[in-house]
Amino acid sequence: MKISIVLPLMIFNSIALFAQDDLMKLLEAELKEEPSEIIQTFDGSRVVNGHAAKALSKGELEFLIMHRFGRINSGAYNLFGLDQAFIRLGFEYGITDNMSIGLGRSSFDKSYDFYFKDKLISQRKNVSPVTVTLFSSLAINSSQRKIDFPDITFNDRLAFTNQLLIARKFNSKLSLQLMPVFVHTNVVDQDSEFNSLFALGFAGRYKLTKSLALTAEYYNRLNVKQNSVYNNPVAIGIDIETGGHVFQIHVTNAFGMIERAIIAETTGHFFRGDFNLGFNISRSFQLNKQKRSKSW
Amino acid sequence: MRTLLFILISVQCTLAQKYKLDKSLVSFFSSAPIEDIRAGNTKSNSIFNLANGEIVISIPINQFQFDKALMQQHFNEKYMESGKYPRATFQGKISGIEKVQYQQEVLAIGIMNIHGVNQAIEIPGQLTLNKDQIDMKAVFKVILDDYKIKIPAIMWKNIAEEIEVTVNFIYKPYEN
Repeated sequence: MKISIVLPLMIFNSIALFAQDDLMKLLEAELKEEPSEIIQTFDGSRVVNGHAAKALSKGELEFLIMHRFGRINSGAYNLFGLDQAFIRLGFEYGITDNMSIGLGRSSFDKSYDFYFKDKLISQRKNVSPVTVTLFSSLAINSSQRKIDFPDITFNDRLAFTNQLLIARKFNSKLSLQLMPVFVHTNVVDQDSEFNSLFALGFAGRYKLTKSLALTAEYYNRLNVKQNSVYNNPVAIGIDIETGGHVFQIHVTNAFGMIERAIIAETTGHFFRGDFNLGFNISRSFQLNKQKRSKSW
Repeated sequence: MRTLLFILISVQCTLAQKYKLDKSLVSFFSSAPIEDIRAGNTKSNSIFNLANGEIVISIPINQFQFDKALMQQHFNEKYMESGKYPRATFQGKISGIEKVQYQQEVLAIGIMNIHGVNQAIEIPGQLTLNKDQIDMKAVFKVILDDYKIKIPAIMWKNIAEEIEVTVNFIYKPYEN
């Protein structure tokens, strides 16, 4: 009889003692973890010159100022390139959480560009090891005026780019990206260039602190004529992220800030000293404030 | 034998007094010189045992919804590191509950875990016992430094060091 009282009491007490942990276990058993999307693979919409595998969120508007100075090795007369400048002003807008559209105007070749970015696959733990984004753009070169070139047609001004951006965030610091790209320019110098150019790009980011990161980018052109006057674009930079702004400062041998100009028309040998300072500044605005924070 | 039965039944009774979170809103507000930041989360989980006041709460960090999407990304990535520390938890006991059906002031005492850091805390709040439903409300402050949440110097004008958290919970009897 005694045992039959004591034993259940002991059991009861132990239940009471460990109840908190048991409650936690009970709770944890109920939690269903959905593999969440790996975010912030890159801070900016550009790694340096080219795009990063990242689409804006729905309703997010990014204003991006890109700026490239002249060659540093052009000497003191040009104040090491600071006397010269190419600029691109652009907007990008998130239509959905995975799809963005953008437009811009570059002073280099007086080009207008329109693009579309669609994140096809998001990197998720145990689901997908990489993020895959499709990038497609159209650029209109308006530098040749009808007065000077009466025969020029609208088609002659066009260039198209299709690109896959395949990125993986390995950890909170390191992200790498592979970019197979196809650029078609309607009019090129047939003696030295192909209209259709394939290239494979490599890019990376390494975070030094929470707000500061090192970036690098390189495109290897695959089908190049022996006497091509252009070179592969190289870029090395740093990202400074401060909430709504991303500042990117870098050195690169590219003057262009759109795909055709970066990949197919970069002059100068980076490793022979033909590079220039440049920076990108982006500001993000949220246009559709959903007041999501207050609803039940 | 009768005693054993009685005790077993009373154990069963205590188990039956468990409540599970049915509806919830955990929101926070930060006021700093440049901007006010607020976010809300309706995806918390919690079990509350009315018999002894024990309570466990688990809040998924990446389910905080911000008005600005970019802010939400930075919150997860830079400050809360939600990939590493996916949940905030509270494990403790609510004292001062009287089993009468009206709103009463109570005190939750226990361990809060945010950003992987444990802190012993006391949170005053209101609890209302209804038929088949328990409501809980609390407003309290979280000091970021207590949980080793670092704000870069460049951001101090955007993010307050002290965050006001508001909790609204509605519990229904636990069925399983």
